[in-house]
Amino acid sequence: MSSRDIVLGRIRRALTDVPREETPENSPVPRDYWDTHARRSDAQRLDLLAENLADYRALVHRCPPSGLPALIAELLAARGARSVVAPPGIPADWLPDEIERVADDPSMPPRELDALDSVLTGCAVAVAETGTIVLDAGADQGRRRISLVPDHHICVVRAPEQIVDSVPQALARLDPSRPQTWISGPSATSDIELDRVEGVHGPRTLEVVLVSAADEG
Amino acid sequence: MRVALFITCINDALYPGTGQAVVTLLERLGVEVGFPEEQSCCGQPQFNTGYRSEAAPLARRYADVFRDYDHIVVPSGSCAAMVRDNHPRIDAEAAAGTAARTYELTEFLVDVLGVTDVGAYYPHTVTYHPTCHGLRMLGLGDRPRRLLEAVKGLRLVELEGAEECCGFGGTFAVKNADVSAAMGADKARHIEETDAEAVCTVDNSCLMHIGGTLARRGAAARPVHIAEILAATEEAPS
Amino acid sequence: MSGTYLGMPSFPTAAAASTRDMRLRGNLRHATHTIRAKREQAVAELGDWQELRAAGAALKERTLRHLDHYLEQLEDAVTAAGGHVHWAQDAAEANRIVTDLVLRTGESEVVKVKSMATQEIGLNDALARAGISAHETDLAELIVQLGDDLPSHILVPAIHRNRDEIRDIFRSKMGDRGRAAPKNLSDDPRELAEAARLHLREKFLNAKVGVSGANFMVAETGTLVVVESEGNGRMCLTLPETLISVVGIEKVVPTWQDLEVFLQTLPRSSTAERMNPYTSTWTGTTDEDGPSDFHLVLLDNGRTDALADTVGRQALRCIRCSACLNVCPVYERAGGHAYGSAYPGPIGAILTPQLRGVGSELDASLPYASSLCGACYEVCPVAIDIPEVLVHLRERVVEGGTVSVRGRRTTVKPAKGHAAERAAMRAARWTFEHPRALRAGMRMASHARRLTPRRLPLPGAGRAWSDSRDLPRPAPESFRDWWRRTRGPDAGSADSGKAEVRERGERRDGGAR
Repeated sequence: MSSRDIVLGRIRRALTDVPREETPENSPVPRDYWDTHARRSDAQRLDLLAENLADYRALVHRCPPSGLPALIAELLAARGARSVVAPPGIPADWLPDEIERVADDPSMPPRELDALDSVLTGCAVAVAETGTIVLDAGADQGRRRISLVPDHHICVVRAPEQIVDSVPQALARLDPSRPQTWISGPSATSDIELDRVEGVHGPRTLEVVLVSAADEG
Repeated sequence: MRVALFITCINDALYPGTGQAVVTLLERLGVEVGFPEEQSCCGQPQFNTGYRSEAAPLARRYADVFRDYDHIVVPSGSCAAMVRDNHPRIDAEAAAGTAARTYELTEFLVDVLGVTDVGAYYPHTVTYHPTCHGLRMLGLGDRPRRLLEAVKGLRLVELEGAEECCGFGGTFAVKNADVSAAMGADKARHIEETDAEAVCTVDNSCLMHIGGTLARRGAAARPVHIAEILAATEEAPS
Repeated sequence: MSGTYLGMPSFPTAAAASTRDMRLRGNLRHATHTIRAKREQAVAELGDWQELRAAGAALKERTLRHLDHYLEQLEDAVTAAGGHVHWAQDAAEANRIVTDLVLRTGESEVVKVKSMATQEIGLNDALARAGISAHETDLAELIVQLGDDLPSHILVPAIHRNRDEIRDIFRSKMGDRGRAAPKNLSDDPRELAEAARLHLREKFLNAKVGVSGANFMVAETGTLVVVESEGNGRMCLTLPETLISVVGIEKVVPTWQDLEVFLQTLPRSSTAERMNPYTSTWTGTTDEDGPSDFHLVLLDNGRTDALADTVGRQALRCIRCSACLNVCPVYERAGGHAYGSAYPGPIGAILTPQLRGVGSELDASLPYASSLCGACYEVCPVAIDIPEVLVHLRERVVEGGTVSVRGRRTTVKPAKGHAAERAAMRAARWTFEHPRALRAGMRMASHARRLTPRRLPLPGAGRAWSDSRDLPRPAPESFRDWWRRTRGPDAGSADSGKAEVRERGERRDGGAR
């Protein structure tokens, strides 16, 4: 007998108290928890996202669509960044000419990726209540490792359409077959005396740009 | 309304004053209290140590002895919790008549009698330790505090880490004596830091441990059951 | 203390030493008190916490009651997404599977994400025996590994170490396993984290094989979920070519939607954050993104025995948040090592004796490592009634009974060493069933009260009590005698009772001096 059969057999013998006619669906699960913890306007949701991102030490910037290239240029210049990895879905005009744009190339060894200054991505969805951005390897987000190895990550969030209130709303929008990374602030640890310290293996600087047409003018 | 006192074995043998205080208090509030002499122990020490089979006859005995009463009052949070939560686990049928009608003293006063000011007088500084079973199993909430706050002359002072276990835990106190003593020492230190004259709880078993620890440390604070505070008056102080 | 929990003493014996270690006590007190207040705040932010808790418990119950169904569904989904599923009955089989998979890659080093399951099965030792070095990459696991130490906490395995000790370990040991720590390393947590970053970056960038556990496995989709903070998890899950995940069979959840409960309750319960910095989800393999070879090892190792126990089963709901450890007054004073298992604290006290049985002195002592204060149950995000299971397991220890051992129903005898206690419990029960004898016994005790000392010199329960606490004295008159004298058939005048009440203050034992 295979171990698979042995383990499944043990499980079935262990569950003799479960009535034969019981199906998984009629083992009750009360779902009276909330879909969101408050009703918010688009503007309130955007503000809450900004507040919660900042609370976990992400650097938050806001701009209208027209101001995005200038803001990105400014953020890169402030760090003296010269090379930026950007997935194909990032429009060419988002990056200034003097910056070396590096493609998201699967054959690039991790070491070369490590030598790059920054990464620029979009996101799939952002969660206001938790200050989370979710990347799902979409065209403007790229492979998981590009937002991991470089030490500086700029992530562009389009408001209001990419922002949801809550974790339940975010999960409903996402496709589980795609690899996902949920990011809430820069990397951190609580391993020394259960006190939080930001900046371990993931990008130590996370900058989130909230782009909203409402900020135009 | 037929009301019975379930004294509990620890109060019976070691702290009869607490039982006497309950009788004094309830009679002052116009409640006639019965004491069925066939009562003994709720079975908590047996049950919590793993001897369910030894606890079972005691749980059934409890149900039998108190069957004819409307309310059973217990001056002990842990014994009340044992009856309410665990007797149904041991014998649901037997416990059906009595478990839900069993009240810890402060519950009985606040919920059944509807009083918080019981006309007590206790001119001392007191700190209150909410015992674990009272706090988490019975959900006594602020009932004991409301009763204490209404006592004339009593000054209630906050206890740091009040909701943390004192370390008694029944046979835990001897099976894990070192951890129990360490917990007791921290609790005693917090009590000493309040400068209270007395530390009050709803349970003499915890108080036996806290009081024994305070005494060994030579602390001034004395342990006192809430019934004894609530029973005290200007005419008959404690 | 290296690598194994085997042969460790019973909990009270280990705790007798650890409660006297003042540095350990200080470290634990500081860390657990820091996180307690934060957790409370994070939980209070959610007005529907109790509903989330109830839903989480119910979801896990549903899963456990139909575990065979969900595991088969999971296996199909993972396989369809390009992964390979292996089944392991016990630790030895799981270790063998992982070792073979690593050897097949031709590599002799692996990077590891913190994983309770691989800690439980002793994977690192098994790999070492096959000539494979496993590098722990979680900061706390690294501290434990470099210090040749054992984890003492589920979330923060090095919680027993303070920043000074961590600095010393990094300075003296980091160089043995790779890039050394700077000579002038201080005890500033930022500098310590930076040293770990530089040391481990070497490992990550070269890694060909990653080993992980998982917080959740979604049956419906075959998706695995790892919740972490530092980014070491992301490194191990995405940079290597081969990924091997060892996961307990109880970690499955039915649907993707169900994560909406646990991704709210887990971070707030564990690190007291609204959301942990990184959560990774993956389904099988993805072309040119992350590992091209993915293996899932489903681990039983005693879980089906716990499943067979209708009271103990609830321990399998655990999502390893460690909130119960952080609020536990016993854990805070005894420390995690006293529990002799990868799973310390209240959850360990109910999980370990179910996974390993109660045959050893240590395992039989674990259900008693609690004052039953209930703080653990109160904070548990999946509502495991830990006190209920503790009492249930105590019953198994002292009364024996029918249990499942490696999937077979077996009758176990009561544990040895409880004969005197059993006799005392039986005698007490008999006395309590005979009130006449009870009354007589109390009278005898009352007469002898002046002879009762405050301390007892002889070993046993009395001494265990009186080493730190004065012994209570029997009252001169029991309540039932007082009642009979003042209210019962042989009552004299009603006044006599009132006089007694007044006398009470002096009579109480323990406080009055």
